[in-house]
Amino acid sequence: MATYKTSDFRKGIKVQIDGDPYVMVEMNFVKPGKGNALYKCRLKNLIRGSVLDRVYKGGDTLESADVEEVEAQYLYKQGETFVFMNNETYDQYELKADQVDDNWKWIKEGTVCKIMLYNGLPVTMEPPQHVNLKVEYCEPGARGDTATNVTKSVKLETNAEVLAPLFINQGDTLRIDTRTGEYVERIRV
Amino acid sequence: MTREAAGFDWRPSAPWENLRRRAVLLSRLRRFFDERGFLEVETPALSAESVVDRHLDPLRVVLFDDPRTPDHGMERWLQTSPEFAMKRLLAAGATAIYQVARAFRGGERGPRHNSEFTLVEWYRVGDGYEEGMRLLDELSACLLQRGAAERLSYREAFTRHAGFDPFTLDTPRLAKWIKSRSPAVPEYSEEDRDSWLNYALAEWVEPRLGCDCPVILYDYPASQAALARVRARDGEPAVAERFELYVDGVELANGYHELLDIAAFRARTATNRQARTDDGKPSLPASPRFEAAMEHGLPACAGVALGFDRLVMVAVGARDLSAVLAFPDERA
Repeated sequence: MATYKTSDFRKGIKVQIDGDPYVMVEMNFVKPGKGNALYKCRLKNLIRGSVLDRVYKGGDTLESADVEEVEAQYLYKQGETFVFMNNETYDQYELKADQVDDNWKWIKEGTVCKIMLYNGLPVTMEPPQHVNLKVEYCEPGARGDTATNVTKSVKLETNAEVLAPLFINQGDTLRIDTRTGEYVERIRV
Repeated sequence: MTREAAGFDWRPSAPWENLRRRAVLLSRLRRFFDERGFLEVETPALSAESVVDRHLDPLRVVLFDDPRTPDHGMERWLQTSPEFAMKRLLAAGATAIYQVARAFRGGERGPRHNSEFTLVEWYRVGDGYEEGMRLLDELSACLLQRGAAERLSYREAFTRHAGFDPFTLDTPRLAKWIKSRSPAVPEYSEEDRDSWLNYALAEWVEPRLGCDCPVILYDYPASQAALARVRARDGEPAVAERFELYVDGVELANGYHELLDIAAFRARTATNRQARTDDGKPSLPASPRFEAAMEHGLPACAGVALGFDRLVMVAVGARDLSAVLAFPDERA
């Protein structure tokens, strides 16, 4: 397995620590006075999402993590398992509800997501940054009310609830930012 | 697609306003030294000799005769500071000199480090420890307009911010103390006291120095004297007459009441060479010309090296050198 030396440390490298894959999200080089160099790193666990702060000294090494990102479309949910398919290889990936986490809110049949594979096994998924979803239910829209700062709760076709402006109607398609879970705009379809 | 669209950053990373501030600070700095009778000098960036420091790694250059065999020729080192050359000038009769030098250090990259940087270095014959600190303080006040510096000894700073006495706590207990407060610490050996102290300095002390007003940290452990004199008094731990200027948690300058004793110089250099070998680093050349100058006699003096890019960074309120360098390493 490849190793990273401190001189290779940078944001975005994927490394293995105590058997878990991590991505380096921050790397700060510190060298006080005539002292030895310190590499202050913040690492995010790719499976659990927890954050680890570690300091390395020059010459330390980290093993690279066998991590691969693939695109796969969401097929269906079976019990507590979400099933995805790689459109190129037709490989199917199964993710548990806790691995999908809150992202169930933004995926419907056919949504193309990024799946992270660790040692060939799926560990996390990431929906597209923006998704278009239909409003399944909401209170009727107030005609002519174009204010966007007053909101109401609407239920989307995925069963997720988001806040949207008052003029939104049942059957409208909304663009949602999946990083914040916020309404962006109404889409004409 | 244009080269720019493909990600080739050809534009300066520093805003014009900062580059203008930089030019103004440099001219004020030159006036500061000119008014005090200092002579501006220039010495080689490429030299056959190099300061031997455990943690400073000069970049090697080959002066080839035949460009078709670029690895054959005289070995030169890009200077990590102009210290050796400027001390040769002092031994030859200079009395007050300063230099705005380009310095180079390998393996240093980050928000506060660029492999090539501007180092302002000065020496004045006749200055002792106190005068050396006072001149640095005056320059800092003149350029940064942040008032006089607070003087803080290394010992007080550690006691106050790291919670232990860096002169009396033994190394095993020191290591234990640090590990209990900071689980992220790298493994240093039990003999490597300075690495443990350095970690505590970076983690707890430095970030708190110079936030209200500039701070001059002084009286370092003797093991960190580099080329400063060591002062030993009965009943007190020996300290290095070395001082550093900190502003907003950033180390800006390093000064010494300069070591004159050639035997002490040779002993410290030998220790550093051994440490470099133990660290797996290649050896650095001998320094016969510098030693000849020391044998001839370096006059008693104090000297300081100041990171000019960092000073500008602090002056404009930036946290990253890319805000004050036209083309930092990533786009040089």
